[in-house]
Order: sequence, then structure tokens, then C-alpha cells
Amino acid sequence: MTRLYSWVDERLKINTLVDYMSKKVVPSHSQSIWYFFGGMTLFFFIVQVMTGILLLLYYRPGADSAYESVKFIVSEVTFGWLIRSIHSWSANLMILAAFIHMFSVFFTHAYRRPREMTWVSGVLLLGLSMAFGFSGYLLPWNELSFFATRVGTGMAGALPVVGDFLMEVMRGGENVTGATIGRFFGFHVAVLPGLFTVFIALHLFFIQRQGMSEPLEWAINNQAPKKYMPFFPNFLLRELLIWLILLNILAVLAVFFPDGIGPVHWPLGAKADPFAPPPAVIRPEWYFMFAFQMLKLLPAHILFIEGELFGIIILSIAGLAWLVAPFLVARKPEGTKSHKMIVFGWAVVTFIVVMTILGYFLE
Amino acid sequence: MGGRDIYRCNDNSRLFSGVSRMIFMTNRIKRTLVLFGTLVLVCFFPGLSLADNCLGCHSGWEDDERAPSALFPTDIHAQAGLGCSDCHGGNPELDDMDDVRAGKGYRGVPKPKEIPAFCATCHSDPNYMIKHNPPLATDQFDKYKTSVHGKQLLGKGDIKAANCVSCHSVHDIASPQLPASTVYALNIPGTCAKCHSDAAYMAGYGIPTDQYDDYAKSVHGHALLDKKDIGAPACNDCHGNHGATPPGVTSISAVCGMCHTLISEEFSKSPHKKAFDEMGYPECEGCHSNHLVLEPQLFWVGTSDSSLCVNCHSADDGTIALATAEKMHSSLQELYDAYDRAEEKTDEGDVKGMMVTDQRFALKEVSQAIIKTRTIIHSFDAEAVAKTTAPGMQAAEKVYEASVAKIDEYYFRRYGLGIATLIITFLAVMLFLKIKSVEK
Repeated sequence: MTRLYSWVDERLKINTLVDYMSKKVVPSHSQSIWYFFGGMTLFFFIVQVMTGILLLLYYRPGADSAYESVKFIVSEVTFGWLIRSIHSWSANLMILAAFIHMFSVFFTHAYRRPREMTWVSGVLLLGLSMAFGFSGYLLPWNELSFFATRVGTGMAGALPVVGDFLMEVMRGGENVTGATIGRFFGFHVAVLPGLFTVFIALHLFFIQRQGMSEPLEWAINNQAPKKYMPFFPNFLLRELLIWLILLNILAVLAVFFPDGIGPVHWPLGAKADPFAPPPAVIRPEWYFMFAFQMLKLLPAHILFIEGELFGIIILSIAGLAWLVAPFLVARKPEGTKSHKMIVFGWAVVTFIVVMTILGYFLE
Repeated sequence: MGGRDIYRCNDNSRLFSGVSRMIFMTNRIKRTLVLFGTLVLVCFFPGLSLADNCLGCHSGWEDDERAPSALFPTDIHAQAGLGCSDCHGGNPELDDMDDVRAGKGYRGVPKPKEIPAFCATCHSDPNYMIKHNPPLATDQFDKYKTSVHGKQLLGKGDIKAANCVSCHSVHDIASPQLPASTVYALNIPGTCAKCHSDAAYMAGYGIPTDQYDDYAKSVHGHALLDKKDIGAPACNDCHGNHGATPPGVTSISAVCGMCHTLISEEFSKSPHKKAFDEMGYPECEGCHSNHLVLEPQLFWVGTSDSSLCVNCHSADDGTIALATAEKMHSSLQELYDAYDRAEEKTDEGDVKGMMVTDQRFALKEVSQAIIKTRTIIHSFDAEAVAKTTAPGMQAAEKVYEASVAKIDEYYFRRYGLGIATLIITFLAVMLFLKIKSVEK
């Protein structure tokens, strides 16, 4: 073993890396629990990649084959039901973990200088995750996914000037058809994973270079006792323990609720029929519900523009402000809290929670 | 005041008094009202002629909502542009009713016996009907004359017998394709029942009055009246409409066979056909009744006391009838049992949350086999029945096995999860201990 290590070290100089990693530490304090949510998101992403590859072995995109292949996967392929169910559960939990990770970073001010790039890459990763969810939702080509995608892509059409063009690019034509599956499939399994890999590599690189953010209190009070734990093996072992628990949770959810539960569900149902009347309730995935509900509640016209367009503009401005949040507080002295940002953060959380609840209760 | 005087609008001194007299004081006021009434009718019912004064006058003194003037604007004839005078004759451009009635071609109100010929003036004239409703047949009156209703009315002068308006109503006639029509498919049983379920009205004709009640309980009535399946047979589908005649013993199988073609063919090839013909038994009705056609039951075929076979056959009648009946009963019973068994397992899999859509679909194949067997039973050939049930039995067995496999998989998933949880828990405990050990 030692000889093998020496052999590799001689060629790759991994001793330097090992030396660097052995000195890596993680701040240990009462808020350390939030550090694990990034790792949880990464775990779910790894599960997504692995189960996604397995699903790819049988999935066949196309209006005549997508639904049939998913039905084949869940009914005929050995453990196919398990793979699809874990893929779906893991997708939802990944978004949930990413949201918690992002808000924990926001409220602990961990996004502040010098971690602006980490924050931006993280927010973009969440956006990409949601794009994964949106593009994956259509792939089974069932009734619900078809109509939800028609509504979702239709919203892009509300944008001025580029709206119709954007909608046609997404749909591959005027309507949601087999061409749309082809595009969504391409994005889901090629474009998005490629972009995601780049951004996650950057995100992890930034974290490794900058280390975990320390609590604000440590910067304010230099006398405060600072505790650290070694990344290797202490933090990594804890992370592995959490991953094991998450794996078991995924297995339990997949076995007991293979088609999801409550608002988080993905029954295969009937095949999409463009000529059939839309189902009574068309709703997006839960993480799009706040935006969907907001657009639904807006009046037809606000001032001189259409209500839907107004909503999209407001959401875009809020999203942009969220993305550049670290730059908005860049001039704050080190260790000071931005109360305006805290208020903004809680306003965003309250808005998302209230709109999501309304979305499910006002159906 | 003579009966005909009530038709006068302008005879103020005899007909009206008090407020009425004030309203209809002068011809000028009368003409103004007539003009206004006509304008209203023309505006709202453009099919009516501009020069038709009938409704203008009649609507002035007919305050009954069932009066002809109130009903007519909704009538199919009014919508086709016909006015009162097109049926009743007279000159509708005249103001005075006496003048109208004195006009050329005035026919007034037909007596019941005159009604069929009255309607046939147009409806039996192909040259006229082609202008208004080309696809409509023009042989209704000829058929009516051959019907029991027609014979009673035209032959015996029995005015209680149904004429055109008895079924189609009058002045508010709607197309039979419209739900508002008295002869719309869903309404036909009720229309016929108006007379045929009225024991007092039907007294003296020597026919029962429970047909509607029986029909409502039958498979046909259930489909039509409860499920609103307008493809299900109503009275006229078996009895005819304008040529309404009860199917006799010799024609009943032909009537049923119009829809139940395969059953009719099987029965015609069976030994029963000859026997029934010789004995003068009605074919289908012998087992299925006439109006009370109930859902066929398994026990109808067989040798139990409640079976229909023992009504005619006995063990010592020198035929193989009861042995055949027993075999057919067994074959069908096995198929029913196989279906129930497969469906029960499918339901169990469904309740457990397993995907059983394929099994549900395959069950339809078994249902088809049951329907086919119930058809073949009319051949009264035990071998043919057994042969027909065989594919259904195989299909049911496949569904059963597939459903059992689904249920087995359900338990396999849970056992697998249990084992996986044990392994993961063990690893988690080991990791936990390792962390404790490292941090010590």
C-alpha cells in the first residue's frame, strides 16, 4: 500500500494535497448544523446522477415512446420502480436541501465578502436544479406533465419582444409536442448536467479555497473562544453518517410512497393526450408554486402592462437582487449584520411560504 | 253567446265588459295592439310571417300558458317559417276572425279522427317535405294506418286511440333529436306510458298497464332511463313508432335479433328453434320475458329449482337437456369464479399501491369471454360453451398470477427495505462509534 502511495505521489505529487487537506478545519459552534446542508444537496445530486443514468438505459424520448418506456420501467424492469421513485424523491429533497442551504447561508451572512462568488455560483446551482425539475417533469409524457408544461412554457410567452420566440424555442414549435420532449430530454440529460458540473466544481473549489464561513460573532469579538474540528476525518465522518441516514430515508420513502405523497407526487396516470380536456387541477412542482400562485393572483392589467408580465418582471428583479445580495452589503464593515438584508430575507421566505400554501389551498 | 263567437275580437258589445271593453274600445286600439303583438312575435320569432295576424289576436285573449298562441313560437313548424294558416287554413292577413274562417281553405281545428290525415297533408307529400326536411320519411300516415292505433282510430272510430298529437304533442312540437321533444329517446317510454300505464284509460282494451313499470326495471330501461344511454331500446325500437304493433310469437325473435344478432343466430341453429316453433312458444320472451328483460343470471341455466330449464325439461323427458344445462352452468360458473378470483387479487394489489393497470386491462378480456359465453349459451351446445370459456379461463389465470406476483413483490419490497435498513443502521452505528473514537 505504501509502495502504491509512493508510486502515485511520485507522479502526481498528492502529498501536497493530502498535507493541505489534513490541515483543513471546520468551525465548530452552535450553528454548525447548517454546514451539512450543502453536503446533503451534493449527496442528492450524486443520487440523481446515478439513478438518472440507470433510467437512461430504458427511457426512450418521444411522444410515442416516452410514456410507454416509463411504464415499462416501473412495471417490468427489475427495481425500475425503485430507481424512478428514488430519482423523483431525491430530486425533490435535493431542491429542499438546496433551499435550506441557501437560506442558512443568507441568514448567517455567510455570503459576505470574500464569498460573493460562492454565493452567486450557489444561487445559479439552485436555478439549474429547478431547471432540472422543470425539464424532467415533462419526460414521462403523462396527462399532468403535459398540461403543466403547456402552462409553464406559456408563461414565457408573456414576455415582451422575445416571449413568443422563447416559448417556441422551449417547445420546439407552437405547441407542446414530441419535439418538446426531445428538447427537454436534451437539456435534462446533457446541457443541464454539463452546466451543473461546471458550477458545482467552481462552488466546491471556492469553498475549499476560502474554507467554511465563521460566525459573525467571531469577527466582532476577537476574544470569543473559537473551536474548530478537523475536516478529515471528523467532519467527513459526520457527513458520511448523515448521507447514510439520507439513503435510508430515500429507501423508506421509495418503498412506502413510490408515487410520492400529498403535493409531492408523480403518479404515471394516463398518457398525455393533446386533444383531451385539461385536468381540473393543473399545478407545477411545489418549488414553482409560489411564482405560479403569484401570477395567478395578479389582475389582468396592472397600470399599463399585463398582470402576468408585471409579475414576471417583479420576480426577475427580486431574483436578480437575491443573486447580487453579497454586493449590496459589500461596503458593510467586517462583522456587522445587515438588518435590511435580514428583513429582505424574511420577506422572501414569508412570500414563498404564504404563496405556496395559498397555491395548494385555493385550488 | 254561440261557441263560434268567442273567436271574435271586434265584437265589443257581447264579448267584453269592464276593463276589457275599455282596452278593446275601438278598432284603432285593436289594430295598434295587433300590430304591436305581431311586431313582437316577428322580432323574437323571425320565422313567423309578417302578415300573420292569427297569433296577434289569439295571444290577446288566450292567457293559458298551454294555449296554442303561447306554445307555437317554440314549435318546429314555426321555426321552419310556417304559420297557423299553413295547417289550419284561412287568410292570416285578415283582421276579422269571421272573415278568416270564411276564407278559402280554412280547416279549423281537426277532430281526433281527422288529425292523422290533417298532418299527412304535408307529411305524406314528398314534393312538399323535400323543401323543408328532406331526410324525413313521408310514409308515416301509411304506416299509421297499419298500426293498432291507426286501426282503432280510423277503422273503429275509437278516439281514445293515439293519433299524431298524442305522442308528438301539438303546437310545441320539437324535433325528436331534441331533449325537449316528447318523442326524444329518453322521453318515449314516458310518452307511451301516459296512456298505457293509465289503467282507467286502458280499461276495456284487455292489455296490461304495467309495461312501463316492467320496462323501467329491465336492462333496457335501466340503460335508457338511469344511465341516459340513448342507444338503449325504448318502446318504439321493438314496437315500431308510426306502425306500432306488438311483435307476435313468430316475430319476437326477429325483433330482438335486430340488436342481439349473434344470439339470434345461435338460437336459430339450436334444437330449441324447431321445438319452440312447433309448440308455438315465443322464442326470446319464453325465458327473458318481454318488457321485464332482467340482467341474465347464472342460475337461469342449470338444473336447480330456480333455473329456467326445469320449467320445460325434466330428467326423464328423454332428452339430454338437463345434462347439457348442467354442463353449461358449470362452464359458466367456472369462468365467473375465475374472473372473481382474478379481480379480487388485482384489487388487493391495487390497495397495496402496486401498479395493476395491465391486469385491469387484461380483466376486460375475461369480461369479453363471459359476454361471448352468454351468447353461445343460446346454441344450447355444452361443448361449444366449454370451448368459448377456455380462453377466458386462461386469461383469468394469467391475471391472477400476475396480481399474485405484484402482491409478492409488495412484500419483497418491504422485506428488502427491512434488510437494507438493518445494514444501513449497522453501518451508521459503526460510523457513530468511529466518530466517538476519533474525537476521544
